[in-house]
Amino acid sequence: MATTFDSTMSTRAGKAENPADAFAIPLALRINGKEYSLRVDPRTTLLDCIRESVELTGTKKGCDHGQCGACTVHVNGRRVLSCLSLALLHDGLEITTVEGLGTPEAMHPMQAAFLTCDAYQCGYCTSGQIMSAVALLNEPCGPDDAAVKELMSGNICRCGAYANIVAAIQQVRKRA
Amino acid sequence: MHNFEFIRPADPAAAINAAAQSNTAQQGAEVRFLAGGTTLVDLMKLNVETPTRVLDINRFSLDKIEDTSDGGLKIGATVRNSDLANHARVLGDYAVLSQAILSGASGQIRNMATTAGNLVQRTRCVYFRDTAMPCNKREPGTGCPAITGSNRTLAILGASDHCIATNPSDMCVAMAALEAVIHVQGPKGTRTIRIGDFHLLPGDTPDRETVLESGDLITDVTLPPPIAGSKQVYLKLRDRASYEFALASAAVVMTVHGGNVSYIRIALGGVGTKPWTSPEAAAALAGKPANPATFRDAAEAALRDAKPQSENKFKVELAKRCLEHTLQMAANG
Repeated sequence: MATTFDSTMSTRAGKAENPADAFAIPLALRINGKEYSLRVDPRTTLLDCIRESVELTGTKKGCDHGQCGACTVHVNGRRVLSCLSLALLHDGLEITTVEGLGTPEAMHPMQAAFLTCDAYQCGYCTSGQIMSAVALLNEPCGPDDAAVKELMSGNICRCGAYANIVAAIQQVRKRA
Repeated sequence: MHNFEFIRPADPAAAINAAAQSNTAQQGAEVRFLAGGTTLVDLMKLNVETPTRVLDINRFSLDKIEDTSDGGLKIGATVRNSDLANHARVLGDYAVLSQAILSGASGQIRNMATTAGNLVQRTRCVYFRDTAMPCNKREPGTGCPAITGSNRTLAILGASDHCIATNPSDMCVAMAALEAVIHVQGPKGTRTIRIGDFHLLPGDTPDRETVLESGDLITDVTLPPPIAGSKQVYLKLRDRASYEFALASAAVVMTVHGGNVSYIRIALGGVGTKPWTSPEAAAALAGKPANPATFRDAAEAALRDAKPQSENKFKVELAKRCLEHTLQMAANG
């Protein structure tokens, strides 16, 4: 029991709770305009940090190996895979997750278009699809569906809602 | 993932000093530079890479693209692949590089992956990525189950009895056709390496993939001045139309004068254990008429030494037709 007590005390004093914490590093993240002061194990991915430490669970973990796109977030306005990115690389950078795009009452046009076009079924890949689609609006992309499909190929949808996803993106592009 | 110490070196010199302590710069390195992380973080999650120290090199101002005094282009080590592919001079003077990069990975990955990271991109061989399996590249001396196993996507050029893993990069194939030069800063100073000399054949040391030594930091890549009037094409054939590695690809930089080929550089992807340049194919074309017959001769020359694996005999003909078609596209302008 004494060991447990000592461990708890040292944690309160800001010291290592277990050997792994010896490597923990302070991290200031700015997510959706809000500052978070954290202390993370170096192994923590941006994805796990967003979901587990900051508790924003709109960003989803699919494959966790950069193959599905479910974890897509924006870093300084560009889309990246949060599962292949260490949280510590993002000190001071501007991160946007799906929660930062809009609210049910005031949706981002892309979120509204996904609803109108029925661009999902189970919804698990949807936040990644929307984050990718919003970033695509600021990337070089030809006008036709083929160009959109090419630039969205990093976002897999197991339900196969692709046709409606492309329709939603084109709807937003045509209105812009 | 094994734990590691995360370090933000103040400058390249500090990073080089720290990395020089590593046992190797190749497989099994104790110290790794981290840029985009699209390969390294993935392999660390798989315990294929187990560095004890990771050095963040993302804030070194190595992310610039600049004209060189001779009219070429200098590309910083941490320039993101998407920025390189969409740069005005790359689109205008080095189109094959833009095409190659945009044919690879996904929009998100291209936003993360860097020039230097792509140069040292690791193979997608399933045995290399699975620590439950033997692999001479990951653990020298354990054997190569790919030779008698799942090898449909693996190399038909440059393989050895110890390793048949394919180099997966598209960018490197275009850079090979453009005769890029890699600039390295290391513990003993700076040096330049032609891209053709940068990657090593597996031989009996497949764990050694490049000529990099401990502490060597790639600072930038330079492209020579563009070849005036050259037609440049990258063509990639694969199982899916997008977001897939090449089964065969070809990069061609060609000029034609009076119906004859006056300048030609050829590199192949998806078929070699390294980004594969083919001087044989170029020799078959130099000074010859730019027509389907000579393009077929060049394709035959490029694949003459091909040794297919048990599951990929089709890749020999696929690679030939890929190169023929790429040459025809370049000739059509």
